[in-house]
Amino acid sequence: MTQSSIMPGFRPALAFTLGYLTLIVLIPLSSLLFTSLQLDWNEYLDIMIDRRVLAAFRISFLTSLAASVIAGLFGFVIAWVMVRYPFAGKRVLDALIDLPFALPTAVAGVVLATIYQPGGIVGKWLIDNFGLQVAYTPLGIVVALIFIGIPFVVRTIEPVLQEFDTTMEEAAACLGASRLQVFAKIILPNLFPAVLTGVSLAFARGIGEYGSVIFIAGNLPYVSEIAPLLIVIKLEQYQYAGATSIAFSMLIVSFLLLLGLNLLQRRLRKRSGQI
Amino acid sequence: MKNNLINILAAALLGLAAGNTDAADIKLLNVSYDPTRELYKAYNQVFAGYWKHKTGDTVTVNQSHGGSGKQARAVLDGLEADVVTLALAYDIDQLHARAKLLPENWQSQLPNNSSPYTSTIVFVVRKGNPKQIRDWNDLIRAGVGVVTPNPKTSGGARWNYLAAWAYALKQNAGSEDAARAFLDKLYKNTSVLDTGARGSTTSFADRGIGDVLITWENEAYLLLKEFGIDKYEVVTPAFSILAEPPVAVVEAYARKHGAYEVASEYLKYLYSKEAQELIAQNYYRPVDKEVAAQYASQFPALELATVAQFGGWTAVQNKHFADGGVFDQIYGK
Amino acid sequence: MQAPSSTAGNAIVRIGNRQALRDPLWLRCALIGVAVGFIVLFLCLPLGLVLYQAFAKGWQAYFQALSEPDTVAALRLTLIVALATVPLNTIFGIAAAWAITRFEFPGKSLLTTLIDLPFSVSPVISGLIFVLLFGSQGWFGPWLSAHQIKIMFATPGIILVTVFVTFPFVARELIPLMQEMGNEEEEAALSLGAGGWKTFFLITLPNIKWALLYGVLLCNARAMGEFGAVSVVSGHIRGLTDTLPLHVEVSYNDYDAVGAFASASILAGLAVVTLVLKSFLEWKAR
Repeated sequence: MTQSSIMPGFRPALAFTLGYLTLIVLIPLSSLLFTSLQLDWNEYLDIMIDRRVLAAFRISFLTSLAASVIAGLFGFVIAWVMVRYPFAGKRVLDALIDLPFALPTAVAGVVLATIYQPGGIVGKWLIDNFGLQVAYTPLGIVVALIFIGIPFVVRTIEPVLQEFDTTMEEAAACLGASRLQVFAKIILPNLFPAVLTGVSLAFARGIGEYGSVIFIAGNLPYVSEIAPLLIVIKLEQYQYAGATSIAFSMLIVSFLLLLGLNLLQRRLRKRSGQI
Repeated sequence: MKNNLINILAAALLGLAAGNTDAADIKLLNVSYDPTRELYKAYNQVFAGYWKHKTGDTVTVNQSHGGSGKQARAVLDGLEADVVTLALAYDIDQLHARAKLLPENWQSQLPNNSSPYTSTIVFVVRKGNPKQIRDWNDLIRAGVGVVTPNPKTSGGARWNYLAAWAYALKQNAGSEDAARAFLDKLYKNTSVLDTGARGSTTSFADRGIGDVLITWENEAYLLLKEFGIDKYEVVTPAFSILAEPPVAVVEAYARKHGAYEVASEYLKYLYSKEAQELIAQNYYRPVDKEVAAQYASQFPALELATVAQFGGWTAVQNKHFADGGVFDQIYGK
Repeated sequence: MQAPSSTAGNAIVRIGNRQALRDPLWLRCALIGVAVGFIVLFLCLPLGLVLYQAFAKGWQAYFQALSEPDTVAALRLTLIVALATVPLNTIFGIAAAWAITRFEFPGKSLLTTLIDLPFSVSPVISGLIFVLLFGSQGWFGPWLSAHQIKIMFATPGIILVTVFVTFPFVARELIPLMQEMGNEEEEAALSLGAGGWKTFFLITLPNIKWALLYGVLLCNARAMGEFGAVSVVSGHIRGLTDTLPLHVEVSYNDYDAVGAFASASILAGLAVVTLVLKSFLEWKAR
């Protein structure tokens, strides 16, 4: 894609985008910064290097990383199957992917806890066969975050896969490439940016998720206490500045991660000649 | 620039803002904590009937329920409650301390520290009491699973915690070290810390977690009613804490709405015979002596500690539940 | 949907390695198995449980729960919120995708990241930031209160946080697709003298319609289903500021499992509506 002088609407589109972004996202989020600034640097550091806060951060980041990678793998397979293979009942299954968006997170938490509790349908099976307890452990958090993250992955990959130009595959095939080669050399590199986007969105969403997690996590400090719960705890003590400083730090980390991924994606696309 | 933005935003939203007051009817907003839903649902009808009879006006009381601290914050941030009926005096104190929404002496404006009902902290166990849980000491035995919410996020959990603390102090001749050790063991037996009292009830009853649930007395009997008396039983320990959930008129908002009188009357009428009976029927302990005597069989007598013994809620909050307080130290080890 | 491949291509491929175009049967079966297994375990089971609980006491109890005045009020509020939110974010999504995918400008990655940002903001915080702005102790609180404008704990506040939470959905659907598409077709149309709007409606829109629809449907689903953030700014006044997700929580806390899951089933049913709508549009497009 090159700068094109004949494409119209750059100024109005960008102006509207920036204006709306400022109004809806930037101004509200800046209130986090300004409220955090009520603390001085030492107070801020005291909050952030508190063992419990660090532990909660670690739990939040690790569980959402694990969940987004798992969701990425399965999400890719699901998107692939939904777009490429015809089979009975596909439409119904495809529609179900959106369920986690539509279902209130609290309901998701209650329902998942019911299923994965030690006496629940899946939970009992896992304990009996593998001795694995999911609900009320960090694994429970991962399960909840996979549920929350899966539509992000599938719905990001699906449209790209649908528009995917099969002539490239055909070209490679007629040059004698094997299916594996076509997949590894043609399909994967072209889909990778979309997969990455999906995974990073699922990850970013997972870090902040609250409603579904608290029902299934157990919420024990140092074990299964997530960072957003700490924010709620600070608010409960009317410590707005403390709460916003944790929130702001989380926001910065997510922002840098997302920015890094976006830059990486751009480089990937440049390399594959799309820019 | 900033002002322009506000103006645009405000103008855009003004059209959407819901119209609120209707001159003919009186509307009250009661912002309350979680376990009082059933009580106020019933009481609001009783009060509406009383008020209609007395003045001919129609009163509709809207209810908002949630965690006590969260509700207090909402009122501070502009949820215009005419009355608040919360779990802890600490939360109502904040309405004065942070925004002067009501006078400092709010708690002396109604009888019995502005608590028209009291409650205490009891245990719920599975039918037949398989782990033989009779008193607080049994909760720290190895192999007993305890369910209690997180005191950091739940008002009810703070009462639970304080009851255990009071018991341990009493057993150990006032030794705080021994009391800490007791709480340490208690929370070692706790595998799930839900964020609210109802969450804990669900974990215990629906999910089969733990052997004993520590909860409000009213919540315990409600659980029996909802989940079946054939499945659970209530164990009242010999010693617990006197929980006084207070009520108050949020003067600033009530006056703004021109509803100060009816709001005051709404709370005063909670002390009437009629309301006190309703309170007892909802498993809260009535403060009216006659009604209390009438329902005495429902509420076993027990020795009760009070928050005042520990210096009041602000002191308790700072010592135990603030960041780095005793509760954090228990988990920080 | 099977991607159409040109007959000419197929003819050539017949000469080359034709098997490289299709996955072997065992692989197809395995992948379908994995996908279906995952969906059943992670999505069907929860949905089944919601429906099971909703109908635990029979049809009558289900419909009785849904016709309760508080439930109806919650549903109405939820619809109002979605109706206000979705068009705003759709227009934004199109504008943002157009600017980002059709032009080169410095700071593009930054802009894309900022658009994603609301996804990563914890719902607790999404609510809090608006309280910090418009709450009575917030920046604009005194001004609003002096002008008798109610934003927090009323419909406008609920709409605002919902707009924030669902902000990226449409843009996020459109950007990867429009990048993938490139702009040759549009350039061709423009160089043939078509106007900007005409090009957009005749060339761009037909190409992006599925992604746009996805985006709108997802945005709508999320707008209706948002719980955490709305819970902070709603005030939870029964029958007045409770949205459907909040009403689910209220009912659940009332030990009214049927009521709670009946309301939840409506939200879950959105997925079915999505299905019907998509099929209908596909059928019409054919």
